[in-house]
Amino acid sequence: MDIRLQDITKRFAGRGRRSQGETVAVRELSFQVPDGSLVGLLGPSGCGKTTTLNMICGLEKPTTGRIFFGDKDVTDLPPELRGVGMVFQNYALYPHLTVLQNILFPLENLKGAARPSRQEMRRRATEAAALVQIEELLDRKPRELSGGQQQRVAIARALVKMPRVLLLDEPLSNLDARLRLQTREEICKIQKKTGITTLFVTHDQEEAMSISDRIVVMKEGVLMQEGKPQQVYDDPASLFVARFLGTPPINVFKARVQAGELWLANRPVLAVPGVADREVWAGVRPEGFIPDEAGPVVCTPERAEVLGRDLSMVCSHPDARDGALRAILDPACGLRADAETVRFSLRADKVLLFDTETEQRIPFAADKGAAR
Amino acid sequence: MNNGSKKAWLYLLPALILLGAFLVYPLIDVLIYSFEEGYNFASQTYWGIGGYNYSYVLHDPYFLQALKNTLILVAITVPLSTGLALLISTGLSSIRPLRQLYQTVYFLPYVTNTLAVGLVFMVLFQKTEYTDGLVNLMLQWFGGPTIDFIDGPYWAKMFVLCFYTIWVVMPFKILVLTSALASVNPDYYKAARVDGTSRTRIFFRITLPMISPMLVYLVITGFIGAFKAYSDAVALFGTDLNAAGMNTIVGYVYDMLYGDSGGYPSYASAAAILLFAIVLTITCINLLVSRRRLED
Repeated sequence: MDIRLQDITKRFAGRGRRSQGETVAVRELSFQVPDGSLVGLLGPSGCGKTTTLNMICGLEKPTTGRIFFGDKDVTDLPPELRGVGMVFQNYALYPHLTVLQNILFPLENLKGAARPSRQEMRRRATEAAALVQIEELLDRKPRELSGGQQQRVAIARALVKMPRVLLLDEPLSNLDARLRLQTREEICKIQKKTGITTLFVTHDQEEAMSISDRIVVMKEGVLMQEGKPQQVYDDPASLFVARFLGTPPINVFKARVQAGELWLANRPVLAVPGVADREVWAGVRPEGFIPDEAGPVVCTPERAEVLGRDLSMVCSHPDARDGALRAILDPACGLRADAETVRFSLRADKVLLFDTETEQRIPFAADKGAAR
Repeated sequence: MNNGSKKAWLYLLPALILLGAFLVYPLIDVLIYSFEEGYNFASQTYWGIGGYNYSYVLHDPYFLQALKNTLILVAITVPLSTGLALLISTGLSSIRPLRQLYQTVYFLPYVTNTLAVGLVFMVLFQKTEYTDGLVNLMLQWFGGPTIDFIDGPYWAKMFVLCFYTIWVVMPFKILVLTSALASVNPDYYKAARVDGTSRTRIFFRITLPMISPMLVYLVITGFIGAFKAYSDAVALFGTDLNAAGMNTIVGYVYDMLYGDSGGYPSYASAAAILLFAIVLTITCINLLVSRRRLED
């Protein structure tokens, strides 16, 4: 069953005496979570992601707009009638109940015909626990569990009612780096196993890119772009999306287009056919630099960071927006940080042009892989 | 003794000296007094050591009356005041408009002088030759008989005493419980709402366990406070509590020391030790029960 948001706007009344105005947390947001897919809702802090999640789950009501689960309009339904499972950022496990009691809690809320027998409840709770591999922890209290284990209990509790939609609010932000990697694979695996339509909120682009089938990028309550992770990465609609996705972030240069060529520091560096003469922001992904002794991009190396698999080289460049650029290179390329200058040519498919005013993308017919 | 613990003892010394001088020493002194038979205050002499003081106190009808009064007071006011405070603070935390105002109103009795409040209660409940008092007027409107609550039947006096005690101790409990309720992470309630938990179930399965440490604290201090009741009774019924039949254990101790029938520090000490034993027992039971509860 898919989730569809249609022109959702959420306004909050201004608080306090001075700020009489209202805050618009989400503005005319429309997107779709396809049936059975894992979608990452991505954006910087305060961009309205959690508000969006709360509206889908029913904790908050949109000011205008409709929310559909499949063909059913659920905008006015309370959370318990929507069939959603939610995992909170801090897990919200009841500290005085054991793991088993926590997982049983949603089932015990059911009334009348929907209420399963005691044995059935237990069977379903152990089944959910088995799914997230915490069967041996059922008698423990939440405080006796590690962060990762608590997370699994929270997922089991969200899944035990067999919801049609699973929502996760910043599921990995409370975990340490190693556990984060492990848990995100775990979430991905559980989602594939159950096939449940899942939406998760994160501010960490790597997290979103790595496990999502699709990502939705938001900024200040407005949808910036949605699509498959690779597609959004390769083909960002705006400078914001380009900068938000990718670690290390994209390098931005103040550049100029003249006669179908991109000019950096008074040198033509790349053919950009079909772009009129103008000032542009030129974004170059860190992996878009090719060491080339005759290359047109000349810069001064500052330091090299050896990351094992890659070599990350920071160089200063006069036209770079923050004074420096970062290139991800092959450690075997032979470039040295103590060299006078290094020269690169650019991979056309890793170069993106943006309008200096609107910061929107300016497309050009990239000759794939061709370097000048 | 290593250096670290020497330092620790040094830092603890001021507190230990004060506690020793004003708490431990008097307690031991009282214990000794309570076993000295025939102690003469003027000559500071006594006949011998024994349990006579205890036997006297335990056979004194005034003490038995005071004990009965205190036990009734404790049994009625502690559960009622805690329950009412829980009800009111739950109500307070679920309303938005004028919440601060209500909180202030409910807290006012706490900052009001006990004796002044007692005087007001007396005026409200008393029936004299000149006036029936406001409460009796209201009873008359509803067609009931008029009763002198201050100088009338025992149950009426006990009712006023309990009413008054509850009224005086509730503000603090409301204050503590409102802040305990406010400190429960709202995410628990959100999670419960997503699962469609009913309001009563949320209250009993989430709210109550979350604030139970504070409840335990209030019940224990409530018991101790009610056992030590004295000024409340004085405020309502005057200083001759034995005549009014409304004495409390602390009142009995005071009377034995300084009252009209006073001058018997040995009997006072024995009564004080008995009170201490009762309070200690009850507190231990409270702690045991609550610990078992909290561990479940």
